[in-house]
Amino acid sequence: MLRLRNLWWVAALAVALLVPQILTNPAYRNIAVLTLIFTACTTSWNMFSGYSGYVALGAGAFYGTGAYTMALLSKHLNVPGNGNMFWLVPVGGLAAVLVAIPVGLIALRVRRHTFVVITIAIFFVFQLSAINANFTGGTGGFTLPYIPWMIQDYQLPFYYVALAILVFAIALSASVRRSRFGLQLLAIRDDEDRALGLGVKVFPVKLTGFAMSAFTIGMCGALYAMLQGQIYPQFVFDPIFDISIALMAFFGGFGTLLGPIIGGLVLESSQQYLTVTYSNGSLYLILFGVLFLLVVLFMPQGIVVFTREWWAKRQDRLASTGEVASVQGGNS
Amino acid sequence: MNSSALIHAVIDGVLTGSVYALMATGLTLIFGVMDIINVAQGIFVILGAYLSYALSVHWGIDPFVGLVITIPTLFLVGIVVERAFIGRLKGPEKTAMSILVTYAISLVFEGSLNMIFSVNYVQIQASYVNQSFRIFGVYFAYIYVYGFILAAVLLGALYVMLYRTRFGASIRASLADQTAAALVGIDVKRVSTICFGIGIAITAPGGMIFGATNTFNASTSYDLISRLLTIIVLGGMGSLGGALLAGILMVTLEDIVGVIWSPIWSTISFFLVLVIVLSVRPQGLFGKRSARIA
Repeated sequence: MLRLRNLWWVAALAVALLVPQILTNPAYRNIAVLTLIFTACTTSWNMFSGYSGYVALGAGAFYGTGAYTMALLSKHLNVPGNGNMFWLVPVGGLAAVLVAIPVGLIALRVRRHTFVVITIAIFFVFQLSAINANFTGGTGGFTLPYIPWMIQDYQLPFYYVALAILVFAIALSASVRRSRFGLQLLAIRDDEDRALGLGVKVFPVKLTGFAMSAFTIGMCGALYAMLQGQIYPQFVFDPIFDISIALMAFFGGFGTLLGPIIGGLVLESSQQYLTVTYSNGSLYLILFGVLFLLVVLFMPQGIVVFTREWWAKRQDRLASTGEVASVQGGNS
Repeated sequence: MNSSALIHAVIDGVLTGSVYALMATGLTLIFGVMDIINVAQGIFVILGAYLSYALSVHWGIDPFVGLVITIPTLFLVGIVVERAFIGRLKGPEKTAMSILVTYAISLVFEGSLNMIFSVNYVQIQASYVNQSFRIFGVYFAYIYVYGFILAAVLLGALYVMLYRTRFGASIRASLADQTAAALVGIDVKRVSTICFGIGIAITAPGGMIFGATNTFNASTSYDLISRLLTIIVLGGMGSLGGALLAGILMVTLEDIVGVIWSPIWSTISFFLVLVIVLSVRPQGLFGKRSARIA
């Protein structure tokens, strides 16, 4: 059983490696890169928020921190515009962790609803600082070193780096889920006071999870800045980013491993495709909103859990014609 | 820095703050009764503003008179939205889901408003919008004063409804404890629906004043909702008096920072105050300790 499941992951990875060989149109390759970036962010966001139940709507602060780290370091270290800039991607992740620790120290003192709002407030502190501070270049933004790659294959290296980040995010999320640390996060989600009573060191666990999820998001922000070649405060510190990744996670299945991956792949690619194909952003907003409302109303646990339950019921129906096989749906 | 600018900042802050307090009261009422964080409150304010704008542009109806139409309209919108989407939410992730659902609702409204009114910024115009009068050497803009009076009257009406009527008592009972309220025979579901309607209806006057004192388009709602959320968290979520005081306090503070330091940093001060207050008092200024935590 376990081996079969691993096979699926290997097959998915093989397909992912082949995608840019089939998609040769640079516009579509760009969509593919952005989809991987968002899926990695969603997976990583879910690793903290989904497992612990603390819905953070300020992930954009880490994304932007990563992006500005990339922009500022490549400028001040005089990094030439070539593949060496990729080495700054994990540095962007580390910068996001450094930022996440003080943010977590403040935000994680409060619970649930208040936590949601305080993350939004902290996010705006970051965005407004980026707009107003001197070293960030203000609203005019920042231009990164020009990378003189062929237009046709420009996205290719970005695609594989983004894929590597996504694989890292999934592996981290999966191993956290299986670990003692992951169980502690899940215990906090179910009942924080009881977890505390049972000896879980609640605050350090939450802070560690929070900082860990910031790492991947910071790396994604750094990669995004490098891909765009230019950043503006409103684009990398984007409130819509915060809520988009939460939507993707809930769409696929909040707190599951697979859900955010499916949600990110489906929603981000279709969003990008729609924006490229129809320039009407308003129509997209309406479609996106309606789609999400339908999912919440008819599959409130997300499509992954919904499909799994539907499949289990089907199996039950098939099995009940023979022996009585009652399988409790205790899977994650 | 001169002191008259400071006095002006305080007066403007109190006057506009009361309008924010009004909008935030709707938000905190909805949260208190239903455990719903209504992120769509921002877009409903903008919807109210656009309704008043359309009435005054197309039919020449004065925005204050137009409230007779816009308040019931938004009340109905609220009832429909609650019945169709919000009322269906349940389970342990209800509050988290409510943020996303109301966000999706606000996306639908944002897209529709963009298509109807375009993304160009507009402002509600009336003869008194750009006029002011002078008392003791201080200038008062008519629209701010009218807005303040309107907000005060409506908040007063809300207070009377909540504390002097039987229906208000059932709302307060639902605020305090939903299960207990249901046990003594209060139809909590009906109370919730009407509360949501009232919370949204309040955005009509709020939006009208906002639209007359600011230029706006549909995406202005993001700035609005983040301010409103900050206000209700600072006041203590579910606390009506807290929302009122925090609204006036925060907007006044923002204006003062704008005058003595720089307008650039005044918006940040708004959010920084929240962060600082919550690190000292996690339950907000007027929230009850450990109330509604799980």
